[in-house]
Amino acid sequence: MDTILEILRGLHPDIDFESCDSLVDDKIIDSFDIVSIISDLNDEFDITIPAEEIVPENFNSAKAIYAMVERLMEE
Amino acid sequence: MLFTTSRFIFFLLGVILIYQLLPQKFRWIWLLISSYIFYCFSGIKHLIYITVTSFSTYLASIMLDRIQKEQASYLKENKESLSREERKAYKAAMKSRQRRWLVLCMLLNFGILAVLKYTDFMIANINGILGAAGSKRQLAFMNFVLPLGISFYTFQTMGYLIDVYREKYPAEKNPFKLALFTSFFPQLIQGPINRFDELKESLFAGRKLTINNVSFGTQRILWGFFKKLVIADRLLVAVSTIIHNTDEYQGVYVLVGMFFYAITLYADFTGGIDIAIGVAEIFGIPFRENFERPFFSKSIAEYWRRWHMSLSSWFRDYMFYPISVSKPMLDLSKFCRKHVGDWLGKRIPIYLASIIVWFTTGIWHGAAWNFVVWGLLNCLVILVSQECTPLYEKFHNRLKVGNSFWYRMFQVLRTFWLMSFLRTLDCYQNVGLTFRMYSTIFTRFNLMELFRGGLMKLGLTRYDYIVLVPAVCLLLLVSLTGRKGSVRKQLSAKPVMVRYLVYFAIFLAVLILGAYGVGYDSSQFIYSRF
Amino acid sequence: MKVKRIMSKLKFLMHKKFLANLAAVSIALLIIILLQSLLMPKYVTAIPEGNLVREYYDEVKKHDLIFIGDCEVFSNFSPVTLWEKYGITSYIRGSAQQLVWQSYYLLKETLTYEKPKVVVFNVLALKYNEPQKEAYNRLTLDGMKLSPIKLEAVKASKMEDESFISYVFPILRYHSRWSELTAEDFKYIFKRDTVSHNGFLMRVDVKPVTTVPEGRKLADYQFGENSYAYLDKITKLCKDNGIELILIKSPSIYPYWYKEWDEQMVAYAEKNNLRYINFLDLTDEIGIDYSTDTYDAGLHLNLSGAEKLSDYFGRILKDEYGLEDHRNDEEYRQIWEKKVDFYYAMKEDQYRELKEYGYLKSYGAASPDN
Repeated sequence: MDTILEILRGLHPDIDFESCDSLVDDKIIDSFDIVSIISDLNDEFDITIPAEEIVPENFNSAKAIYAMVERLMEE
Repeated sequence: MLFTTSRFIFFLLGVILIYQLLPQKFRWIWLLISSYIFYCFSGIKHLIYITVTSFSTYLASIMLDRIQKEQASYLKENKESLSREERKAYKAAMKSRQRRWLVLCMLLNFGILAVLKYTDFMIANINGILGAAGSKRQLAFMNFVLPLGISFYTFQTMGYLIDVYREKYPAEKNPFKLALFTSFFPQLIQGPINRFDELKESLFAGRKLTINNVSFGTQRILWGFFKKLVIADRLLVAVSTIIHNTDEYQGVYVLVGMFFYAITLYADFTGGIDIAIGVAEIFGIPFRENFERPFFSKSIAEYWRRWHMSLSSWFRDYMFYPISVSKPMLDLSKFCRKHVGDWLGKRIPIYLASIIVWFTTGIWHGAAWNFVVWGLLNCLVILVSQECTPLYEKFHNRLKVGNSFWYRMFQVLRTFWLMSFLRTLDCYQNVGLTFRMYSTIFTRFNLMELFRGGLMKLGLTRYDYIVLVPAVCLLLLVSLTGRKGSVRKQLSAKPVMVRYLVYFAIFLAVLILGAYGVGYDSSQFIYSRF
Repeated sequence: MKVKRIMSKLKFLMHKKFLANLAAVSIALLIIILLQSLLMPKYVTAIPEGNLVREYYDEVKKHDLIFIGDCEVFSNFSPVTLWEKYGITSYIRGSAQQLVWQSYYLLKETLTYEKPKVVVFNVLALKYNEPQKEAYNRLTLDGMKLSPIKLEAVKASKMEDESFISYVFPILRYHSRWSELTAEDFKYIFKRDTVSHNGFLMRVDVKPVTTVPEGRKLADYQFGENSYAYLDKITKLCKDNGIELILIKSPSIYPYWYKEWDEQMVAYAEKNNLRYINFLDLTDEIGIDYSTDTYDAGLHLNLSGAEKLSDYFGRILKDEYGLEDHRNDEEYRQIWEKKVDFYYAMKEDQYRELKEYGYLKSYGAASPDN
């Protein structure tokens, strides 16, 4: 979870990612951000995140990203 | 059949009447039949293409569905006996079986689109190369006629197929329902490109007409007519005067042309979409919104999130993401990070994917180099401004203008004019001419000519301007009101008298001030060319 | 009891709402109709021939003789002369470049109002086998009352790029006139001045014939199938109603009337047992002098020419077709007295204008300065 928060803060230092749960819906992160998040996650956790996982529900909050990463690691 | 013809209005009235008379379960079938009738008006021969697309997509999606079911039951049956690795390998094998169907179907359908749309473009380029190489041989053009809406329905059905492949929702089992999704008539002329999961319930439900839906839908259609007939078709005359007489109209006229074209395209395209959405709304079918006040955007990237949204989100979901997070791309990124540096490595997926997407966006809009250059320039501006963001922020912090009204105004105007410059590429005949015209803005100072009667020579009379100025102001006012939520909801809170007066005024404006009938070229919606 | 009261109150409210909506819609429709009359061209001082077709409806429809055809009937025959000299009651259902199918439908419409004894058709229009020009279609059709016959006429007349619906709702055609409205449009919004004398457009000015045109050679002199089909329909319509049909070629020397055309008409008349009169061959007998009897160098006759022609034709109608003399019939006399007065008043006024301005300013003539 900390790793994910770190990745997110690297993109937008001024956002409180711990509490925000509408990152995509409120257009805080854009498509470029999502791609760099995925590329970072790919490095950090050694998982592939397929394009079909890129839905707002999976990226709206740090928690959601975390849940997705956990699920993908288990598979 | 264009939306702004009496024929369409009668067609629509007929469709609505019979729809309401039919029992609920037959209504979607009637919509399908009407859509095919609508399609026949653009040429019976073209029916074959849309039918092939729906049927091939249906077959492929059913195959995908079958493989997915097979996989699910196999995994369930052998839950205990399979190891994690075995399961992974099995899934991968099944995925690649699915991928084969997906790719096959996409090749077929994008192939049809590509052949019909780009053959002549390729031939022109080959001829150019042949000519440059000194050869006298020239290939003949094929002159295919593009079937109505092919760029839209191909994208829409392929989006559906990819979603099924991604198991976002199960495949539709009834081929005729899929055919309706593909051909539903309001979306054929210029979109929006809808998503299956958003339409499937309402499209096949055959809901009965409600007063609310009918009146909201009608209002939306009326507003679309207003934009299209009172503004766009009128202003188009001036735009085409400017862009077709390049010897005469240079310098400040190029700017005027850009400005007029921005309004024309906006009024034409959003007007057409208003009509499409309004028609669907009458049947209680919620189409995707396609615009969110794009001219209020503060950057090009934002503009593209708010202009033709159904297309840009299609490109994002089905092209940008898959390419940028694909394995080869991530590997390439890693490789670059190791050997070239972090800076480039991080950017390479985004850059490459963006370039591909914008190249495709360009060529989707038209088979010509203008559009390719236009697409790539959009891409360039977006990437450059992305890189400059930190710089901007520093600048804002220092000058403390970051959020002032005037600065936001500046950003909006900057984006508007930047987009207008880029958009000019799809006006003039070719790229070279466009850049020559750009240069005359700086070399020919003829601002005063405009006020010495120049504006009156563009094919518009004093009366046209008398109509246009308030009409465009109204457009702006409605957009401004729209920031506080749906304009129609705000209006429906007003007293009955006010509402009726507003509707009637707009109706009269369309009826009397509309640029239709004898004396006007009833031009097609600009966007249905694509 | 309570429920009932609430129900009836609800009903009342619904009723009220319905009435309010009905009122709103009616007002809206009324405004649109008003706007439509405002926007339609009035054809009073300019292009008066645009009013010919509609003026018929205001008539007491009792005519023994009906003319159908193009400008060669509405400029060249004067019903008032026919009345004054022979007591023949007649009306000209003519219009500018009236095409054969339009003549047919106008006749068909006329027969729903009255049954004349003789119908006269000017054959020049046979040279047009298909619709020619939107403007002329409008001049003929816009004046027709809305009826199934009008719709048929529109269908037969409209050019490919014209919209049918704009003949039903002319506002769709004339909406863009909002920027060209003149005082005349407001003045005649409800009622227009009468411009014709039973379909005759009077012109007293003179522009002599200077050159007699030679017809350019044509590739094909055969009248088209469509023209003949409608001429057949006219013939049949008259036969079925026991009406004598006379085919005429009016003595306008331009557009050129080819002898090949004339022969076809002679043959057609013979085959269908009709009378065909080519007045071009009779000009000396009639006494037409092309240096004084035309106002546009031979295209149309002026008043003097029209009176001579009407006098000549009237004798034929009286002697050979036995058209009744109604001059002693009180009912007719009252109607026609007014017409005669109007006729001479206009004649006088035209001479006055001619003297004052040098041209017929408010009678559709172009200013000589143009």
